[in-house]
Amino acid sequence: MTILIVAEHDHHELKPATRSAVTAATALGGDIHLLITGHGVDKVAQAAAKVQGVTRVRVVDDLAYAHGLPENLAPLLVRIAPDYTTVMAAADSFGKNLLPRVAALLDVAVVSEITQIVDQNTFVRPIYAGNLNATVQTTDAIKVLTVRATSFPAAPDGGVAAIDTLPTTGDAGLSAWLSTEIQPTDRVELSTARVVVSGGRALGSAEQFQQVLAPLAAKLNAALGATRAAVDAGYAPNEWQVGQTGTVVAPDLYIAVGVSGAVQHLAGMKDSRVIVAINHDPDAPIFQWADYGLVADLFETVKELEHNL
Amino acid sequence: MKLLVAIKRVVDYNIKVRPKADGSDVDIATVKMSINPFDEVAVEEALRLREAGIATEIVAVAVGTAQSQDVLRHALAMGVDRAILVETDAVTEPLATAKLLKAVVQREQPQLTLIGKQAIDDDAAETGQMLAALLNVGQGTFASKLELTADRVVVTREISGGQEKVSLPLPAVITTDLRLNEPRYVKLPNLMQAKKKPIETLKSSDLGVDQAPRLKLLRVAEPPARAPGIKVSSVSELLQKLRDEAKVLP
Repeated sequence: MTILIVAEHDHHELKPATRSAVTAATALGGDIHLLITGHGVDKVAQAAAKVQGVTRVRVVDDLAYAHGLPENLAPLLVRIAPDYTTVMAAADSFGKNLLPRVAALLDVAVVSEITQIVDQNTFVRPIYAGNLNATVQTTDAIKVLTVRATSFPAAPDGGVAAIDTLPTTGDAGLSAWLSTEIQPTDRVELSTARVVVSGGRALGSAEQFQQVLAPLAAKLNAALGATRAAVDAGYAPNEWQVGQTGTVVAPDLYIAVGVSGAVQHLAGMKDSRVIVAINHDPDAPIFQWADYGLVADLFETVKELEHNL
Repeated sequence: MKLLVAIKRVVDYNIKVRPKADGSDVDIATVKMSINPFDEVAVEEALRLREAGIATEIVAVAVGTAQSQDVLRHALAMGVDRAILVETDAVTEPLATAKLLKAVVQREQPQLTLIGKQAIDDDAAETGQMLAALLNVGQGTFASKLELTADRVVVTREISGGQEKVSLPLPAVITTDLRLNEPRYVKLPNLMQAKKKPIETLKSSDLGVDQAPRLKLLRVAEPPARAPGIKVSSVSELLQKLRDEAKVLP
């Protein structure tokens, strides 16, 4: 069996989530091919060839693929998928946008956001915002899977794969890219950060959110996260949202500051290794999930915590 | 311009679901059901497009059992013009749902089809993309803003780390994110009036669609419970625990 992983990259380097998909593929067994699509992707292809476990890198270079439009990429995948038993991608906004489109054209199901591999046809995936886990078995000839990156470690470098190029399927004429705005940040990426400091609506304002949490995050080399309520209140940008409708994280240490613990938020962080909750309300549901809970005023506590690190 | 909005009946978002005693499926026998919140956002957006004079007719469609009439009535109470139920007793996977919706889209010929980005039961986030693929039209997924003209829609999409804007020729399929809008509150008189409105029913078996499931559900279980945590009384105690016990700080 041979597995094709659709890589996500920024034309410079592979996304860590794609490396997690490689690790998941390694658990499935068989040859692993990495598909690099985009425009001017030589550098990424070279980097991809070094990922441990990857046996071949397949490159398709075309301006039509430069922005990952699923309308253009799906016909390409449909053309090459019959060479594979499994087509995979990370379950982030790129993979979730593309693979269902590919699967429908192949007339197969998607097993989305898998968190565990039981055997070659059997997978565990979270349902109901992670409140339950479903074990499902595919019966399709070509398996289409998306992988929750936080459930599999990123594959390191250490491989030497051959690189070949494939012809393009061109622009399907069904969509046009206009712009991408990625919020500039000097911090580690939220989805792969080892430490996350998250704030809720109790922070009170965008200014206080920054003033209180940023120094602590800087000292811990942590990513900043936020609840949906804090994002909706305008205290933090949407990119920081941790939860069912935001980013799913599973860092070594998650510090929830002024977070109540809504189900929506828990769905995005409850697989963290160690959870700390700081909240003045002793009845906040977050304390049921926290390994260490501190009932205290968050403004004083965070300052004291930062000073003593 | 005609709009189609696809909605799903799911367990209410306030309910904590549990597995059946034998672990064969989710136990939803007696729990409260509601319109999928992401689909409610799709209905709201369609209504706003009509109020802005862009849309002229809004058709809501649901795929499900006869009980799905109640979410269609909810959409009628919100203000959609017509409702169609594609009735099936089987649980349809996203692929089968997309195929059934395709049949309705081909019959109704809307310029734009709106659907929530995911259902809060299976959390699959697949049906909209699959529908767009089967119709061979553009897809604007995880939409947080729509700008509609006579022949195109510009979609602001929520992506990892930021936003992306794409322009799609119509017809197209949009999947809606929660940030797109805040659905209106349904007033009781509207709900009462909606009870009297007709709902057109199509039998899924009449639509000539392969609905056979491709996935076999083997087991549903609660995730392993976390070990109970402890309350600490001070910052210094917290730091000591994080360093010595959890070993997550140097």
